[in-house]
Amino acid sequence: MFRATLKSLLARKVRLILSGLAVVLGVMFVSGAFVLTDTLGRSFDSIFADAYSDVDVNVAAKPKVQVNEMEGEQTAAALPAAVVDRVTQVPGVASATGVVAADGARIIGSNGKVVTSFGPPQLGENWTGEGELLRLREGRAPQAEDEIVINKALATAAKVQVGQKVGVLTAFESKKRDFTLVGVVGYSGDRDSIGGANEVFFTTPVAQRLMLGEPDVFSNITVRAAGGVSDETLRDDVSGALGADFEVKTGEQLAADAAGGLKEGLSFFNKILLGFAAVALLVGTFLILNTFSIIVAQRTRELALMRAIGASGRQIIGSVVLEAIAVGLIASVLGLAAGIGVGALLAFLFGKFAGGLTLAGIGVPAAAVIGAFAVGLVITVVAALLPALRASRIPPIAAMQDVATPDRPLTKVTVAGSLVTGVGAVLLFLGLSGNAGGQTLSTILGGVLFAFIGVALLTPLISRPVVSLLGAIFSWSVPGKLGRLNSGRNPRRTAITAAALMVGIALVTGVTVILDSAKGSISALAQDTIKAELVIAGVQGGPRPPSFDPGVLDQAKALPGVQLVDGEYGDMAKIDGESTWVAASSDPASLRQIFGAKPTAGDIDRIGPTQMLASSDTATSRGWSVGSTVTVQLTRGEARTYTVSGIYESSQLTNPVTLPPAAAKNFAIPQPIQGFIQLAPGTRVSDVQPQVEALLADSPEVSVADRDAFIKQQTSSLDGLLTMIQILLALAIVIAVLGIINTLALSVLERTRELGLLRAIGLRRSQTMGMITVEAVVISVFGALLGVVVGTGLGAAVVEALKDEGITDLILPWGQMGVFLGLAAVIGVVAAVLPAVRAARINVLGAIAHD
Amino acid sequence: MTATVGQQAQAAARANDVWKVYGSGEAQVIALRGVSAEFERGRFTAIMGPSGSGKSTLMHCLAGLDSVTRGTVSIGETTVTGLGDAGLTKLRRDKVGFIFQQFNLLPTLTAKENILLPLSIAGRKPDPAWYDTVIETVGLKDRLDHRPAQLSGGQQQRVACARALVSRPEVIFADEPTGNLDSRSGAEVLNFLRNSVREHGQTIVMVTHDPTAAAYADRVVFLADGEIVSELIEPTAETVLDTMKKLDTPAEVGN
Repeated sequence: MFRATLKSLLARKVRLILSGLAVVLGVMFVSGAFVLTDTLGRSFDSIFADAYSDVDVNVAAKPKVQVNEMEGEQTAAALPAAVVDRVTQVPGVASATGVVAADGARIIGSNGKVVTSFGPPQLGENWTGEGELLRLREGRAPQAEDEIVINKALATAAKVQVGQKVGVLTAFESKKRDFTLVGVVGYSGDRDSIGGANEVFFTTPVAQRLMLGEPDVFSNITVRAAGGVSDETLRDDVSGALGADFEVKTGEQLAADAAGGLKEGLSFFNKILLGFAAVALLVGTFLILNTFSIIVAQRTRELALMRAIGASGRQIIGSVVLEAIAVGLIASVLGLAAGIGVGALLAFLFGKFAGGLTLAGIGVPAAAVIGAFAVGLVITVVAALLPALRASRIPPIAAMQDVATPDRPLTKVTVAGSLVTGVGAVLLFLGLSGNAGGQTLSTILGGVLFAFIGVALLTPLISRPVVSLLGAIFSWSVPGKLGRLNSGRNPRRTAITAAALMVGIALVTGVTVILDSAKGSISALAQDTIKAELVIAGVQGGPRPPSFDPGVLDQAKALPGVQLVDGEYGDMAKIDGESTWVAASSDPASLRQIFGAKPTAGDIDRIGPTQMLASSDTATSRGWSVGSTVTVQLTRGEARTYTVSGIYESSQLTNPVTLPPAAAKNFAIPQPIQGFIQLAPGTRVSDVQPQVEALLADSPEVSVADRDAFIKQQTSSLDGLLTMIQILLALAIVIAVLGIINTLALSVLERTRELGLLRAIGLRRSQTMGMITVEAVVISVFGALLGVVVGTGLGAAVVEALKDEGITDLILPWGQMGVFLGLAAVIGVVAAVLPAVRAARINVLGAIAHD
Repeated sequence: MTATVGQQAQAAARANDVWKVYGSGEAQVIALRGVSAEFERGRFTAIMGPSGSGKSTLMHCLAGLDSVTRGTVSIGETTVTGLGDAGLTKLRRDKVGFIFQQFNLLPTLTAKENILLPLSIAGRKPDPAWYDTVIETVGLKDRLDHRPAQLSGGQQQRVACARALVSRPEVIFADEPTGNLDSRSGAEVLNFLRNSVREHGQTIVMVTHDPTAAAYADRVVFLADGEIVSELIEPTAETVLDTMKKLDTPAEVGN
């Protein structure tokens, strides 16, 4: 008896470990996310504290257009050189230096390709001498117009040496210009870069012309305080002297602001990671619920005995919940430890990827610890509550009977499931149809959650017909048939196990349906509408899109067989105070001839120097009509007034606002970022493409491709997104696999006697394993099938809701779905390995000899 | 008749100087001490003895469910001792049938499926005439589509008997087959077992501690302390009970 107790305890320990593992993985995700973002956040802090360590006070012009981290890079307006003199005269100023520093200085490496930074800026600056931070490692400062100095990390990446000629693309010139590399700089602490940023130093006039586009202007002025003057006092004095048009900040403030922008992005990233953690934990909840239900069912006799000798229902609940708390606590501690490890690893990888980001020490923020314990404990206890309640309802008489717990009817659970699914559907409908007020996202997420729980509750009912149908595939063999019957034996258990897998597969399928539909719709539209045979574009490797020399447009126009050439420019502008994406085309005729725009009012074939065109959606939402006048503030230059002269029908391919070609010179990137070339009828693409290619020799960021390749390239970013989501959701699927292993291991344990009998009447070991495997495969394929169906439903609902956004085609990824089902079969086989081996090893005599 | 004689000369199951020792040293338990016995073809043999006498161990060893420490066991012409798992599985599949005290039916299968299970596992088709005979004899014709949970204990045990019979094994081992049944159902099952021996020449070895059950057998072998101590041919409940009483007081047996 003692041995039996010990054995069952041990067996239970294994089971608790398995379900605890689900919590560990979920908690790991949560605390890992916090550790990662905290570590990166502090690393950014120290980078910017370093970068501005030579600055006491900084003066900059107010940016003309405020851009947040999600929309792109902020470009400050240029300061006239005269401001430097005004600052110098402020009492307490020891020195004031005019600085040019703007993103967009791109070095062409020895392999002929542009060196990208994957995130950190590529600064083009004027040389203002060495400081505490910056030191020449080799060579000398730039003195002539065609000389540059670059930082060590950039020199290494580009594989260039002092004395060599180096091609550089600048903010105002996307045509390659050759410079002589005369020096290489490093930073204090023997660093080769500050946070992965690339820096190119020119002489001041060259930097002003190429990076700011006009002579005698600066990006900002760095001020050093005279002895005894505090940074804050100096800031206030300078600010008072210059007036309200300037932003005057201390170096510390500047560092905090710069890091703050990046941290905003990090917190968004953190939220995404936490979202995936939530999915993993939802799946884990199913697993824990199942484990505790089974444990309670197995201990029916023991619990009834406790009731019989006087334990109250409350005490029974207490004992189950206590067990859950123990599991939750241990899992949280392990999960936290694993999370710190994973967070540190990811931070390290991020640092490597982002060009040698120097990491601050790994920190464990309070949020990671609190999150870990809150999530781990709450999830475990909540999941154990229902089984605990059931345990408390066991009548004392059960101790005296050989209870074969009768199959409880599924009516209640089915009614509950229908209700919850209904609530989910209503929430989804409200959210997707835009009737949820300001709570659209949370309404949709709530709807998805309710739908999942509802379907999980309905699963026992669905499982009966579906499982027997699925199992029919295997029924040709005796072990297969037995396996099939076993999987239909306890519909609740099968259902919860399958539902756990359903969640992960449904989300992956849903996302795939949405992204594939988006991709398909955009491709189809582009294919139908864009009437350009050749497209000039590049792959974006950092915050700044690739651009090319506008001269190429005219040269391409002159090629034989070319009918129309369009260079596309874009900028985030402020129109009547509101941020709006504006575009300009080198040839406004392309709007109709290449992009098939249809006029709804006015004339869209030409744009006068003070006229602009708007899309119908933008015109409606802003209340514009032909003849309206609006004020447009671009990144550079003064605000200008334009008159709306035409309105075109909105589509996925039209810009909200189109400005005259001349406006492009005041865009943040005053070069074309895409070029469309329409050929004369009868001209062969292969004749023109090499000639355009040759024109682009000095614009190495872009290349020319035919239209189909361009469309593919443009939609390929969606593929990357899909892969990332799939990887993150893989965790939920791994947890579901743990659930299948758990359920099977338990079934094997419960059916020891039966397995013994089967072996006694001649079932071979391999057949026994086959039987268990079939059971696993049936459960997992059932889960995947549910997931594919539910996911397709969710995806289709979202696509339907996005119809107005241009996602018109519902594309079902049949191939992917097939892969998921196949994968589920593999998952089943893998999950069955351990339980099957255990079943095959059952001692026949021990199993059937009466107790 | 000569054929029958010839068959009887060859035992369906045989134990030859079988020892079974559990544990070692202080904790050593000798369950069987050099047991030699033959179980003739076409006869119904009961193995009796007080609990702890080793009767179940003997049956488990004979059926190849447990290994022997010393000696050999054979079923028909197959030597069981020394067979690996695959060999034992094949032996159980082809030559041995089991009836357990706990019925041991698969709850997911109907009565008919349970009966045919050993044949389907072996991938054999039932002999339709024999199948009908078996169903006829167990009297379950109208219950074939029921699941075990819908059958009474007696009916379940008859299904188990039919399962053992339908593959016509060399020998059927029955372990306390009436232990979980009321006396009327028990009598039904025992009658049925005896008939299958008398009418169809089946060999059955049954372990029991119930003298009434043992009285259905053609021969009773008595075990005490791991040794065969006595034997009765054509037993009655009274003679079995008498022998048992003697076994309960080992001193008398010793004398």
